[in-house]
Amino acid sequence: MGQEITNIPKGVGLANLEVFASTLESLAQADKTVFAVTSDSRGSGKLVAFGQKLPEQIVEVGIAEQNLVGVATGLASMRKKVFAVSPACFLTARALEQIKNDVCYSDNPVKLIGISAGVSYGALGSTHHSLHDYAVLRAINNITIIAPADNFETAEAIRQAAAMDSPVYLRFGKKNMPEKIEEVDHATSFEVGKGRVVKEGSDLTFIATGEAVWPCLKAAQKLAEEHQISATVVSMHTIKPLDQRLILQLASQNTPIITVEEHSVYGGLGEAVGSVLLQNGCHNKFKIVGLPDEHTVSGSQGEIFEHYGISEKGLTQSALNILG
Amino acid sequence: MNIKELEEKSKAYRKKILKYIYNAKAGHTGGSLSIIDILNVLYNKVLNVSPENFNSSEKDIYIQSKGHCVEALYVVLADKGFFPEDDLLTLCQYQSPYIGHPTKKIKGMEQNTGGLGHGLSICCGSALAAKKDQSDVKVYTVLGDGEMAEGSNWEAFMFAAHYKLDNLCAILDYNKLQITAPNADVMGLEPLDKKLEAFGWAVRHVDGNDVEALVNTFDALPFEAGKPSFIIAHTTKGKGVSYMENVLKWHHGVPTAEQYELALAEIDG
Repeated sequence: MGQEITNIPKGVGLANLEVFASTLESLAQADKTVFAVTSDSRGSGKLVAFGQKLPEQIVEVGIAEQNLVGVATGLASMRKKVFAVSPACFLTARALEQIKNDVCYSDNPVKLIGISAGVSYGALGSTHHSLHDYAVLRAINNITIIAPADNFETAEAIRQAAAMDSPVYLRFGKKNMPEKIEEVDHATSFEVGKGRVVKEGSDLTFIATGEAVWPCLKAAQKLAEEHQISATVVSMHTIKPLDQRLILQLASQNTPIITVEEHSVYGGLGEAVGSVLLQNGCHNKFKIVGLPDEHTVSGSQGEIFEHYGISEKGLTQSALNILG
Repeated sequence: MNIKELEEKSKAYRKKILKYIYNAKAGHTGGSLSIIDILNVLYNKVLNVSPENFNSSEKDIYIQSKGHCVEALYVVLADKGFFPEDDLLTLCQYQSPYIGHPTKKIKGMEQNTGGLGHGLSICCGSALAAKKDQSDVKVYTVLGDGEMAEGSNWEAFMFAAHYKLDNLCAILDYNKLQITAPNADVMGLEPLDKKLEAFGWAVRHVDGNDVEALVNTFDALPFEAGKPSFIIAHTTKGKGVSYMENVLKWHHGVPTAEQYELALAEIDG
């Protein structure tokens, strides 16, 4: 059952946030219609250098998220490629009506960048956490939702989003991530709407998104080394539209499926995957790992992940439990 | 178009607003009658917007933040040739694109509006883009007095002044009544001119149901170089139909057959 793992990235790459900023800067250097719009968030968005080098292509709105999204809409309607950058917690809650009406309903191709997403702000508390964003945005028509797992996915997602003529929400954290999470023989590519199988296995499948992918791969390594269990790991970076074909292909192996996300267990990746499974007659054992419906425990992002089992240890245990 | 012709347009528009609301048995009657003279002057004297240039990057931009008074906007757009007026006989009907708020499905509409406090922020972005492009595009919005309580408007007021958007003009359809009661009882706005001036806008008052006064006011834009312009257009809700004027129930009241005929006779008179 076990499968030797040789290819887990050594060391750590950059924060996805930094990769976003450098990718956006290179896009903006090449295309004067690319704009960043910030709500006193250029520092936290790692866009200080962007602002210094390309001052005509950054628009500051102050701490005013509703206006951030409205202004981004107006710029986009004038044929600019607009990235509205703000902490995910404020962007997707304070400005939700602007996202729903001005961006999605009015079909303005704004790219909404939720920085320091999930519980990245850790001990700053729930005001600064975004554990609702997949849920609320999934229920809004006309938006693509992406949570890249690593530096590679982040850069690709930003480039592909810039080329899309439709609204996109991208969210990521500020913790360093591997350059490319990959443990397969062939190099995987990134395509919006297509999940990326980063490790192939035969005993169970982790379907994860964003910064929860990395602990899944570590758990898969531990399961192989210590329990001779071979796990598939999928980076389901695009939560909407969901890669239904891949989910059903994985389900056809008739092995358990565990979804893992830095989001409430309500309304996120897990329930989306569960819906695909149930509506297609799949009866795989199934578990959703995420943040439970309670006041989130205090601590760093890493401590919160550990507390709720989004960790090598917790996910190893979840796998052993589901395999019985 | 001279003032006399504009005044005749306003009468014709008022009758059409009532016709299509009466036919649909739905609509925002009072507000559409208060806003119509502003739209008349905008589309017939001010805006560089036509069906021919609508997809051009050179045309002006009008976004109606006060989305619920869409019947007035539909009537004007039909008159300007954006779509056949008879289409409005489907207003608010099943599967009709002519819904109860502005929609981009209809040619001539810039954005979908209806949620209040949205139009001005979008206009700010468009006006800033025009500045960056060094284009002559001017950007206009009409706000309702009730929506002035939306915080997002005040975020946008700060932004427009900060970026010196003197290619932006916001017009308040100040009929002083909202769905519950007079603004002054629901959430007072006054002293509005002082507030907006303190926010960095150049402000003028006008009788918003007097087309000549409106023309003269728009002719003076921008009121001050380097500042966004705000027109406080004092209007009457239900203007032109005596039994509707300043009567709360006509916010979205629909006339009976008898009331409809009476209204048409009054407007003609």
